[in-house]
Amino acid sequence: MARVVVDVMLKPEILDPQGQAVQRALPRLGFQGISDVRQGKRFELEVDGPVDAAALARIHELAETFLANTVIEDFVVKVEEVQETRKAEEAAK
Amino acid sequence: MTARIGVVTFPGTLDDRDTQRAVRVAGAEAVPLWHKDKDLKQVDAVVLPGGFSYGDYLRAGAISRFSPVMESVIEQAKAGMPVLGICNGFQVLTETHLLPGAMLRNNHLHFICREQKLRVENAETAWTADYTAGQEIRIPLKNIDGQYTADERTLDMLEAEGRVAFRYLDGNPNGSLRDIAGITNEAGNVVGLMPHPEHAVEPLIGTGRTDGLGFFTSILKKLVNA
Repeated sequence: MARVVVDVMLKPEILDPQGQAVQRALPRLGFQGISDVRQGKRFELEVDGPVDAAALARIHELAETFLANTVIEDFVVKVEEVQETRKAEEAAK
Repeated sequence: MTARIGVVTFPGTLDDRDTQRAVRVAGAEAVPLWHKDKDLKQVDAVVLPGGFSYGDYLRAGAISRFSPVMESVIEQAKAGMPVLGICNGFQVLTETHLLPGAMLRNNHLHFICREQKLRVENAETAWTADYTAGQEIRIPLKNIDGQYTADERTLDMLEAEGRVAFRYLDGNPNGSLRDIAGITNEAGNVVGLMPHPEHAVEPLIGTGRTDGLGFFTSILKKLVNA
């Protein structure tokens, strides 16, 4: 089993009012020197079976058609192996 | 024969009853459509009403776009069936790519609820024929994800083809590019707008005006004459 992470961000040219609101709150909280904040979404997909090229292609399609709206958003797909300890924990159950 | 106008209910839709009522006030038969059904019950047109379908999770309108009923709506819309998307319905129509562009959170991040002045820019769509181009109307507006956006090329194309159907007047409520409140597809059968005409069809409720009724009488006239 593996985990695939899909990160979705508004395209750089698209205004991000939520990120701006977070950024504007920072000086008030005593955090200086942060000139911009952009807010995105992270999806963690637990995949059954091997994450081979075919599986990745399917996930890419899923991200492109559903998780991201490519009119306004970019996305990145990354594979993260699930740690051995967690596998062992699950086996023990 | 009475025109049959379908009104789709998704989980989280809240303006379906008002929309059904507006359809009846205009003189047509309102046909409730359920999001899980592919069957459009032989309706002549479909309205996607306002609300928060699937809780607006992921993005407003994103999950509804893949519902069984939308498979049929998309297919029929492409074949020429009139479809009107109001507020969340407009968001669903951009997610389906039946209409170009996308909807972002309001630039001020506040939910907004007020009477909104609009100019009808295109009175030749299936849903606007009872208005005149340049006519100013006032109908309720209520949303948080109402900021219409598209790239410059798309905006120029919409302007050049007369596909900006409605523009905000007396102040842009949400940062929509070029004050766009609603647009139409190339054929004029698919229309989406953020403000709510279905809440302004009877003088006793809402704004006290009936400026929204024209949407529903327009489509009725079109279907009867067809």
